[in-house]
Amino acid sequence: MLEITDLHATVGGTPILNGLSLAVNAGEVHAIMGPNGAGKSTLAYVLGGRPGYEVTGGSVRFTPLLPLAGGAGGGPVTASAAPDPTHPPLTPPAGGRGIDLLALEPHERAAAGLFLGFQYPVEIPGVSNVQFLREALNAQRKARGQEPLSGGEFLKLAREKAALLKLDMEMLKRPVNVGFSGGEKKRAEMVQMGILDPTFAVLDETDSGLDIDALRIVGEGINAIMRKPDKGVLLITHYQRLLDYVRPDFVHVLSKGRIVKSGGPELALELEREGYEAVA
Amino acid sequence: MTLLALPTARDEEWRYADFAALEAFALEDFGRWKEIALAPGETRRKCLILDGPGPELHRVRLTLGEGARAELFAVNAGGAYTRLEVEVRLARGAHFEFGGVTIGGDSTTREFVTRTIHAEPEASSNQVVRAVHWGEATGNFLGRIEVARHAQQTDAAQDFKGLLLERGAAANAKPELEIFADDVKCAHGAAIGQLDEAARFYMAARGIPPESARKLLVQAFIADAFVAVADEAERDALLNAALAALGDKA
Repeated sequence: MLEITDLHATVGGTPILNGLSLAVNAGEVHAIMGPNGAGKSTLAYVLGGRPGYEVTGGSVRFTPLLPLAGGAGGGPVTASAAPDPTHPPLTPPAGGRGIDLLALEPHERAAAGLFLGFQYPVEIPGVSNVQFLREALNAQRKARGQEPLSGGEFLKLAREKAALLKLDMEMLKRPVNVGFSGGEKKRAEMVQMGILDPTFAVLDETDSGLDIDALRIVGEGINAIMRKPDKGVLLITHYQRLLDYVRPDFVHVLSKGRIVKSGGPELALELEREGYEAVA
Repeated sequence: MTLLALPTARDEEWRYADFAALEAFALEDFGRWKEIALAPGETRRKCLILDGPGPELHRVRLTLGEGARAELFAVNAGGAYTRLEVEVRLARGAHFEFGGVTIGGDSTTREFVTRTIHAEPEASSNQVVRAVHWGEATGNFLGRIEVARHAQQTDAAQDFKGLLLERGAAANAKPELEIFADDVKCAHGAAIGQLDEAARFYMAARGIPPESARKLLVQAFIADAFVAVADEAERDALLNAALAALGDKA
């Protein structure tokens, strides 16, 4: 679903990613761990297309599976938070080779089904969460050739996703992230993810700033929204804690801008026990 | 007062004006003031949308009786040099509320000039001005506040923020406080910046195209100027007029 091949990237002329390769299949959760400065956040920003993060080599192909009855791309926007046991059959996209993700503008990547969970969610004074998310969802739907959601339909969806993450609906009426605590910002990110219902999520240290209860809620939220046969997750984290709730299928160690070791969930425990230096 | 010559940059309240544009006016235009007097206790609100082809010169002199309240809100999106100048004289306990937005591109100058005279005690004034410009446009706010010696318990506030969407655009803020009383509150602030890149990327990462993101951010930025408009329809009309001007930006 996401295939990163020999990716090189610089920030302000400094090489940060140095030949990173990684493939995530539909239905899989991959965790990327690594010490400070390894390039974890840079990877997230490069995938999201942040200005200033320059790709100097390599490729990223994004191949979202399409529901048979679905639109032109991305997953269907369902009103249900619960995993859908009667998921529609999946089909690879026409052409089979997917999208050149790096050729898309950031907002086009989002419309194609990519979600970037921010380590530091941005405050936007004067724009309410409801306005922001309805604008975002309908822009994505428009790009996919789908009808926009009405105000009523959107609020119903927002209410469900807020409840899933145990975030007070009143907070969604307030300006985006303004005055939110660290934990509230991260829960709000997951509410956004629930509403936008992406095909692939890159979550950059979504666990940082969370207390134990919030960590569990966020972990369960990720599972409910993203643990589906047609979706994939790249979970970037420093710590093993979140992986107790969101069980990864694969764990990778990032060091100096490339994957230096890959393994199963046990690798995360080994890292936690022995540190990055001993393992990588 | 009738001017004997066109204003020049030496005239403080004209210093950022577009002098080439001023030549289009007759000398007597500069002496023409619209005089409005509010009776004691009277409240009046006026919303102005200045989005004609320009150039335009509007000079308004407000005299507020005791406890009167004047609210003036304006969008200055003129197609050529457009100036709204307001002189307000406040009696005891009166209030003056001003919200203004200059918005536009090209090489046009759009400006608000206010002179708020707290002549008597216990009057208050609040002015919020936002400037959003691109191209080689200029937005100005010259706000003079005068507090007479016996005008104690004056509460005057003035807040200006400029948002420059492109290099080449400019904003000038000139707060001027002349205070002779000693028991007063006079707050003023001025800041000029650009669109928040982090917010723009955050919006893009959620699927909002750049032009929609810009519109949302500008809308949030200018909303402060009209937050005091009690009537929702009037507030929306002002916001929409300002955003329509933004729509002209290619």
